[in-house]
Amino acid sequence: MTDFLLRRLAQIGVVILVMSFLIYALIGLMPGDPIDLMIQADPELTPDDAARLKALYGLDRPIHERYLIWLGDALGGDFGYSRLFNKPVDEVLLPRLVNTVALMGVAFVLSIAIALPAGMAAALRPQSWVDNTINLAAFAGISLPPFWLAILLIILFAVVLGWLPAGGMGPPGADSFFARLPYMILPVMTLTLASVGGITRYVRASVMEALRQDYVRTARAKGLSQTRVVAGHVLRNAMIPVVTILALDLGTLFSGALITETMFGWLGMGKTIYDAIMGNDYNLALVGLLFATAVVLLANLVADLAYAWLDPRITYR
Amino acid sequence: MSADFGLTAGAERATEAAGTPGQLFRRRFYRHRLALGALVLLAVMIALVAGAPLIAQAMGQDPKAVDLFNRFAPPSGAHPLGTDSLGRDLLLRLLYGGRVSLAVGMMTAVCTAVIGTVLGLLAGYYGGRLDSILMRLADGVIALPLLPLLIVLAAVDLSKLGLPAAITDSEETSLYRIVGLIAIVGWTTVARLVRGATLSMKRREFVLAAEAMGAGPYRIMARHILPNVVSPVVVATTLTVGNVILLESVLSFLGLGIQPPIPSWGNMLTGAQELIWSAPMQAVWPGLLIFVTVIAFNLLGDGLQDALDPRASERQGRMR
Repeated sequence: MTDFLLRRLAQIGVVILVMSFLIYALIGLMPGDPIDLMIQADPELTPDDAARLKALYGLDRPIHERYLIWLGDALGGDFGYSRLFNKPVDEVLLPRLVNTVALMGVAFVLSIAIALPAGMAAALRPQSWVDNTINLAAFAGISLPPFWLAILLIILFAVVLGWLPAGGMGPPGADSFFARLPYMILPVMTLTLASVGGITRYVRASVMEALRQDYVRTARAKGLSQTRVVAGHVLRNAMIPVVTILALDLGTLFSGALITETMFGWLGMGKTIYDAIMGNDYNLALVGLLFATAVVLLANLVADLAYAWLDPRITYR
Repeated sequence: MSADFGLTAGAERATEAAGTPGQLFRRRFYRHRLALGALVLLAVMIALVAGAPLIAQAMGQDPKAVDLFNRFAPPSGAHPLGTDSLGRDLLLRLLYGGRVSLAVGMMTAVCTAVIGTVLGLLAGYYGGRLDSILMRLADGVIALPLLPLLIVLAAVDLSKLGLPAAITDSEETSLYRIVGLIAIVGWTTVARLVRGATLSMKRREFVLAAEAMGAGPYRIMARHILPNVVSPVVVATTLTVGNVILLESVLSFLGLGIQPPIPSWGNMLTGAQELIWSAPMQAVWPGLLIFVTVIAFNLLGDGLQDALDPRASERQGRMR
């Protein structure tokens, strides 16, 4: 087990390393580099100045040399400066991470609280009107373009009804939780509606699969009541794959929701990564993307561990 | 219902098994009324967008005609849904945008299916090192943060890659680029499905018999294994069309997908957030069409799955 864990962690390290070079190279291929932007901002810059600046920032060197320098600094804990915020990258990202976890955490808990009972209710009465309604609603949730859902919610609650703010993090100057609460409602609604459908379908499929097993037939043949069969035999087994799939979602809790955060101006990881990519903020985009990759890979590992922990038939070597 | 205890399910299945596979499929599929409705809806939708030039002719409107005196006009006889920010007819823009969104969705889904099937067959049939390399690659691709990565890939400046200006400046490049980008990350689902099915097929008697009669690996893969893995691929591809349309719309909405003047449902929503106070319906129509189309493909895929492949459990990627 320890072997397995160490091997997987080493694999994750290798993937992150490869990804860091790929992203570094890709970002270099995006339009405009820092010197181009300076030339645009300052028309008096001569080609000589530009060449000198390139040498100063090391941009005249080949990409693998620049990457190795970046890697050395990053391993030493120096992730560089963010050009957009004029702050070290880690100082930009930490508060954003807190914002993201607050938003995504609420939406995650809410999605599970809705999806579990809905999926079970649908699976226990297949083809009934309950099942058909829940199934169709779940498909609707999966099929909604998230940015359009955000626009619709803004039109309904901010424009037509005027109940909630259309975006932002809170009223100016106010930092308390209650002042921020109204600003969280629409993004949380968007995230929950976007993810609850998928989880519901998964719970439904999982419970249906468990209901088909021989041990359920045995339990019924023994004369157990429906409640005891469902609570004692079906649910415990059906929840194993559900917990696994939810563990996979843990990664998004930290990497954030790019579209929703951007649409509502929520200063989280997703919006920061998007702004960094669009604003040519190399250092910030690179670290943000690598962080997002790392948490997804770790969540995969957590899911595998959860699976082995919940299902004693599974062992990893 | 409660007195049944699931004990008669086996008997039901036994009576159902009568008839040819085709009859069986049709019987199961027709029972799925939502999927049937989705199929009809998609057929109507495809007919409408395919006939967009005819509709434009009948209306006497040019979908590209800019009329700056008539911006955001309310619905009228000449413009059933009004006009957009440049005074173009909204209904016609929606129909032409639908051509692009649907074509990109289906083209990309077919590309992912072809790549995934070929790689899955090779990995499953040959096994060994090829299999482990391909499957680790698939694991890696699945673990990547999809949307931010697609955004970086979509933002890459093609001229820095040394491609000729004829390609980088062409209007249609953005179209093929989206197809390519999504195919690069989308092949994994089908590849895993096909690999799994191939693994179980290659030990079956009919494959062993074909091998004993001297059939080569390509003949076995193409003639004996492929026909048996078609059902899950068809289901996965149908579901992929919906996902691709969603992804394309997100990228185009962010200004990184299909580039104007080519309309797509996604890029028609670019800037819609600024219009919610003045012209909210501009933001409603394209999204509604995306939603209806995607849900139709998803319901169709669900129906096909029940009919073709009733035991397979599904897992779909989510995007937020």
